[in-house]
Formats: sequence, structure tokens, C-alpha cells
Amino acid sequence: MPADRLMPTPESADLVALTRSIVDKELRPRVDEAERSHSFPRDVFRTLGRAGLLGLPYPEEVGGAGQPYEVYLQVVEEIATAWAAVGVGTSVHALSSFPLFTAGTEEQKERWLPDMLGGDQLGAYCLSEAHAGSDPAAMRTRAVRDGDDYVLNGAKAWTTHGGEADFYTVMARTSDDGGRGITCFLVPADAEGLSADVPEDKMGLMSSTTATMLLDDVRVPVERRVGDEGQGLSIALAGLDAGRLGIAAVATGVAQGALDLAVRYATEREAFGKAIIDHQGLAFVLADMAAAVESARATYLHAARLKDAGRPYGRQASVAKLVATDNAMKVTTDAVQVLGGAGYTKDFPAERYMRETKVMQIFEGTNQIQRLVISRHLAR
Amino acid sequence: MTKIVVAVKYVPDATADRKFESDDTVDRENVDGLLSELDEYAVEQALQIVEEGEGEVTVLTVGPDDAADAVRKALQMGADAGVHVNDEAIAGSDAIATSLVLAKAIEKLEYDLVMFGMASTDGSMGIVPTLVAERLGLPAVTYGSEITVDGSTVTIRRDGDAASETVTAEGKVVVSVTDQTGEPRYPSFKGIMAAKKKPVDEWSLADLGVDAAQVGLDASGTQVESTAPRPPRTAGEIVTDEGDGGTKLAEFLASKKFI
Repeated sequence: MPADRLMPTPESADLVALTRSIVDKELRPRVDEAERSHSFPRDVFRTLGRAGLLGLPYPEEVGGAGQPYEVYLQVVEEIATAWAAVGVGTSVHALSSFPLFTAGTEEQKERWLPDMLGGDQLGAYCLSEAHAGSDPAAMRTRAVRDGDDYVLNGAKAWTTHGGEADFYTVMARTSDDGGRGITCFLVPADAEGLSADVPEDKMGLMSSTTATMLLDDVRVPVERRVGDEGQGLSIALAGLDAGRLGIAAVATGVAQGALDLAVRYATEREAFGKAIIDHQGLAFVLADMAAAVESARATYLHAARLKDAGRPYGRQASVAKLVATDNAMKVTTDAVQVLGGAGYTKDFPAERYMRETKVMQIFEGTNQIQRLVISRHLAR
Repeated sequence: MTKIVVAVKYVPDATADRKFESDDTVDRENVDGLLSELDEYAVEQALQIVEEGEGEVTVLTVGPDDAADAVRKALQMGADAGVHVNDEAIAGSDAIATSLVLAKAIEKLEYDLVMFGMASTDGSMGIVPTLVAERLGLPAVTYGSEITVDGSTVTIRRDGDAASETVTAEGKVVVSVTDQTGEPRYPSFKGIMAAKKKPVDEWSLADLGVDAAQVGLDASGTQVESTAPRPPRTAGEIVTDEGDGGTKLAEFLASKKFI
């Protein structure tokens, strides 16, 4: 049963309807095979881009749709209900366009943003390094000014769309001044010296390529520097709260998909002469799953509405990321339980949902980091 | 400049649990409705024709308040204008009565070409295009799988089981298209926003000069005598292989005339 949504405008309700029809016709029929064969669905992002779904939260003047986060996130959730990797990719793409939008010059935005938001250019976001995940200020990738170029050297870990993207938003160190020595660059995929390492052999999200990006004397013209030298970390951190909401929406979508599957199965599967949903022990598991999904949705929507209203929402974004991903982990694990032995096989997507959700407690700030953020807000 | 009227129908979602009312008409209240998917092909073809040359696409529907959704979807896809004929007296009209309303509405519009989907996904009769053509006194070419327009000449390819035929028509013509014409496009966000500003006229029977007594359940030439839900699916037959499994399977298939 699709999620019951109260959309703020008729056009946002139409956007959700459009998303559902693209999801049903283009995503659902392909997800199983793509996950099995680890194949990245580049064309799906083009379809989403043409429909205008990749640039939803950005203003119409730069090729976006001027939609509030409240709407954008629900579209992301609908995508993730069918295909988590595409939901994650949509969120990562939005995140990778964010520094240019917030810190780029008008000229830079005019030149690059429309193609990025229109889906012709797929983005990746390079912040983490092998030894600098939760602590990005410890990054070592360097950018050294040389005439009209910067020369970048280093390795950026865990890059979603690594090797598949058309542009990389790269954070690199331009001075040794800790968190204030980091600068943001927009690096095109065909830059000489930029390459993707062998993709990670992951537990889930098989159709989404994750790789370390290697930068070996990559020359990036000054005109591709986003913001000033030293602004990189604050640009990156500014995007993280919004990125966390994206992941909260993705996790809620996967959980909704798992709930729908579990309810369908429990309605059809019989034991002791009746459908297993009519056995109270199992029915209550499903009820708890539904409560977890709906509370996750309410939590991320609250944070989104604060953001849309221009209010601070950092704490609520962390709460949403924490609640939505922890809830999704519980819901997807319980979905496997509801399906029993069948849930443990690859004949049903329950086990896939469970594998996919695990990473959501880890990336975009581990859930331990989220607790740190929340507790620091409380201590203020 | 080709002016195309595409007639579309708002139907109950074919993937939902559809039911009938007590008077054996389709329950349209308790099921989500949408633009008939088969009609999307006609909208797509009309849009392609005007995109290749010049022209305008007006989408026309006859139905209750919610049928405005079908018009809106077509406008979001790219149609230029909409007409929604909405009158309580129309409820329960069969194909013949509906064709009267459609024909009267089309006569009020400027057009060169009238397009339909091959059938609705609820009634599945596929006869409305020819009924409308008859009322308009125009030729009808049905089940087209490829449509091209060159000036005032419309060329339609019809694919049958054994052969394909290509038909040309001069002047005004009514065409229905199949789901082989090419996948309909998705609306885009821009399309959704643009549709809000496109003109949609709402017409009543009085606007069309149709007497309420000519339409509706009572005036319909056909009456549904009874409806019954399809019996639930029965458990399949399991053939146990005791050395003769192959034979038993062949016998089963032969009994169903598959082999």
C-alpha cells in the first residue's frame, strides 16, 4: 500500500504521482537484475533528470523546480521504496550540486548547474578519506596552486558514483590550517590524472558503484574552484544537514518497501488454517513496523519543514537521520522475520532491504556521530 | 498547422480492486482513477505530430468531476488545451450515448484530426472511435500502429496478424491508435507547472445542445443485465511424477488445447 501523504500543493501531489509512475514502470522491473549483476543504471538517472526530479529543491532559474524539502524528500522516499541505490544516488547527486549552488559565482552556476540539475551530468561527492571519515578536517588530499591551475594529489574514499559520475565535487587541503585549510573544487570526470580504484565489494547497494577516487597530479583550473580558499569544510558541512535528511528519506522508503512486502506476504501466506497476519503474534510485529515507518517519516518531515521555513534544523536533521535509519534497520530485519525461511532467500527482496539499510546507519555521519551532534545541541 | 482533438477517458485504476455499483455500472467512487493508459498512446502520437510540424492538441473528456485529472495529465504531458464535458445526466451512458456527447463536443471545436486510444482499459469495447466518426460523418481508421501527417494527408499503418496495410486519408479523419505506436512520455515538472496555466473549458449538455433524455443509463442502447465477480483463482493441479510425469503434462496441455 503506498504511503499516505499530505502534500502541500496540487503540483507536489502530481509530482508524487509522476514519481510513482516512473518508479513502477522504469525502476521496479529492473532493480533485481541490476542488483544481481552489479550494473549501474545510468539511464535511470537521465529519465529522472528529464522528468525534473533531480533538481527539485533548487530554484527554477538554475534549472531546478523550486520545491521545498518537504516535497523533494518525499519524492526521494518514493524512489527508494523500489530501489535504494537510486534513492541514495539521487540524494548524493543533490548533495554534490549543493556546494556550487551555495558558494559558486553566478557565472559558474550558469555554466554548470543546469546540466547537473537536468540529469545530463551525474555528480559525485568526495569528502571522506580512508583515515578521515567522521573527522573530515584530518583530510590529506592536497591542492597546490600552480599558475592558473591547482594541482590535486590524494585519494578520496567511499565515493558514490565513483568512476560513473560526470563531475566530482572534491574537498582538498590548500593549507595546513586544520579545518580552515580546505577548499572545494569541481573536477570533471575526464580530468587527466583522475581515476577510480577498483570498486568496493559491498554488502548491499550493488547497483551503486562505490570507489576510491585517485587524484594523481590532477590539474584543475582556478575557475573550477568553488568558493574561496579555506571555505571548503564549511561548504561541505553546510550540505551535510540536508544530505542527512536525504538519507533519512531513503531509509524511510526502504522501510516502507519492506513493510509493504511483509504485509503482502503475511496476507497470502497461511499457517494453522489462516493467513499469518491473522495471528496476533505476527500482526503485532507488522503493527510495530508500520509505527516505525510512519514515525520516521514524521520525524524527517518535521526537520524538512524547519529547513523550508528558514529555521535552524541541524539537531532535527541528526534526529531524523538517526531515527529513520535505526527504524529502517529494525523494520527490514523484521521483514525478513515475517517472511521466515523465504525471507532468508534471494527469491524475495526482504534480505536485500536488510543489507541495504545497514549502510544507512553508517554513511552521511554514523549514527554515533548523530548522537554526538544531538547531545552537543542539548548541552548548549 | 494540424489541429488535433484527442478524446480520452478517465478510468478506474486497472491495477486496483475494481467493483460494480448496485445498478451494474462501474464503481468510480471508491477506486482511484486515472487517464486510461491506452489513451496515453493517442496523446503521445498527437504530441509527436504537432512537434514535427505545427499544430495544437486539445484533449477532450466526458466524465464526472474527477475526470478533470485525466485532462490535467494530458496537459502535463504537453497538450495545449482541455475540454471537460461534465453533466450529471451523462452518468451511466453506454458507448452509443457517450459517442453522441463526444461528437457534439468535437463539432464545437476546430479540428483536422480526431484521435482515440484503441479502447478504454475499463469498458474495453473499442467502438467509440467508429461511433463518433459515424456521427461526424467522417471516415474512421482504427488500430493504427503508425501515424504520419503530411499537409492534409494522414497516413496510417494497421498491423494485422497476417499482414500490414497502409491507409491514407485526405481531410478530416478519426483515428484510433494501438499501444504499438511508441511509449508515451512522462510529464516533467515543467509540464506539471505549465499545465496549471493551460485553458480547460467545462461544458454541460446544454452547452452542446444535447437533451438530457438522449443520454444516461435510461437512454443507453445497451443495458448490463448482471455482473458477477470473477471466481477466485483455484489451486493449481499438481502432477506427481511417477515415471509418467511427461505424459501427464502433455495430456493436461492437450486437454486445454494448448498442444
